[in-house]
Amino acid sequence: MKPAPFEFIGCRDTAQALALLAAGDGRAWPCGGTQSLGPMLNLRLAQPSQLIDLSRIEALREVSLNDDMLRIGAAVTHARIEDGELPDVTRGLLPAVAGGIAYRAVRNRGTIGGSLAHADPAADWVSTMRLLDARLLLLAAAGERRVGAAQFFVGPLGTVIRHDELLAAVEVPRFSAGARWAYRKLCRKPGEFAQAIAGCWVDPARGVMRAVLGAPDRMPHVVDGQPAVDALRHSRGVARVLDEIGITEAYARELHTAMLRRALADLDAFGT
Amino acid sequence: MTLISLHVNGRDRRAEAEGRCSLADHLREQLGLTGTHLGCEHGVCGACTVQIDGAPARSCITFAAACEGRPIRTIEGFDDDPLMARLREAFSAEHALQCGYCTPGMLITAHDIVRRLPWADEARIRFELAGNLCRCTGYRGIVRAIQRVLAEAGHAA
Repeated sequence: MKPAPFEFIGCRDTAQALALLAAGDGRAWPCGGTQSLGPMLNLRLAQPSQLIDLSRIEALREVSLNDDMLRIGAAVTHARIEDGELPDVTRGLLPAVAGGIAYRAVRNRGTIGGSLAHADPAADWVSTMRLLDARLLLLAAAGERRVGAAQFFVGPLGTVIRHDELLAAVEVPRFSAGARWAYRKLCRKPGEFAQAIAGCWVDPARGVMRAVLGAPDRMPHVVDGQPAVDALRHSRGVARVLDEIGITEAYARELHTAMLRRALADLDAFGT
Repeated sequence: MTLISLHVNGRDRRAEAEGRCSLADHLREQLGLTGTHLGCEHGVCGACTVQIDGAPARSCITFAAACEGRPIRTIEGFDDDPLMARLREAFSAEHALQCGYCTPGMLITAHDIVRRLPWADEARIRFELAGNLCRCTGYRGIVRAIQRVLAEAGHAA
């Protein structure tokens, strides 16, 4: 299908984009590479009156590193992360996740900010940023604010981004030398939306032991702290978490259980 | 309508486009380049794959206006490309096409596999091809064609 009519405006800088977004009063939508929004537009599930293209704004394509975190500009593509163009602060987690997103032709255009702002629960970056407790940098004409991933997502396809704001960057914590991670997802065909996602991050020097469960129809569920994560190694512990999340269907429970089991096995074997 | 300038297959091409016009529709309807095919129109089937800035991309979920000033290469732009010539021969020899609908996108993806992943084995080729659907061949011929080109000594990777 073809999208309903809209005006497409390519922006040079964030000031221009913010002015357009503010004037658009909720009918102007920011976009990156349109790899998530494009299908929604073509299916007429989304019908904005303007698209404000952020993908060519140089400031949003930048990456910077400090002692504690890596800031990834919202318009950085999945392919750039997959190809190792960014400093590797996650011991290979970010490139591994990026390389599993959709297909190469999609990763060449799709951006990390676009994916996070779209907030599809099955999207890899959504589960990954919850796992890492990343911070999202939001820009408005009045100034900027930082929001933790736990607060950023309000539900499937919902975030706290206001209509006059844009997602400028995501800040990912630097892993310590002894950190370990695992990331597993189940797709019937590579590149499809995942039916179940399980991720783990253990970083003793940062005091982190965390797991995330991602599902296609609800936002990711985070399991935090050693006792809670250890409990996932036993079927009763997994069952309790799935009950808590509200995943009741037997088949879905099996998929999540299997992904968790594989992720924990990968975690134990990390670096060996 | 906005005047869009693209650098298509080595030539500057200007034409009007609505904001909602996909790159694929722009190439086909305004520029007459009908080698780019539209299948699913939501980024899954891969028939519309072209090169933007030298890298494969979906022209059905990329808007023409987003490509202002960019280099675009469609299947018609590979006539004189030596690697694509080898891929075309291999596709023919290995029965890597039947109806031909997926073929332009398949060839552009295959070109990317050979250039970016010259070490790719069968499993990796199949993984990379997950984004291009073929309903005729069962993929065996396509995989073999790419393997054949990869195996040829001295390919221009």
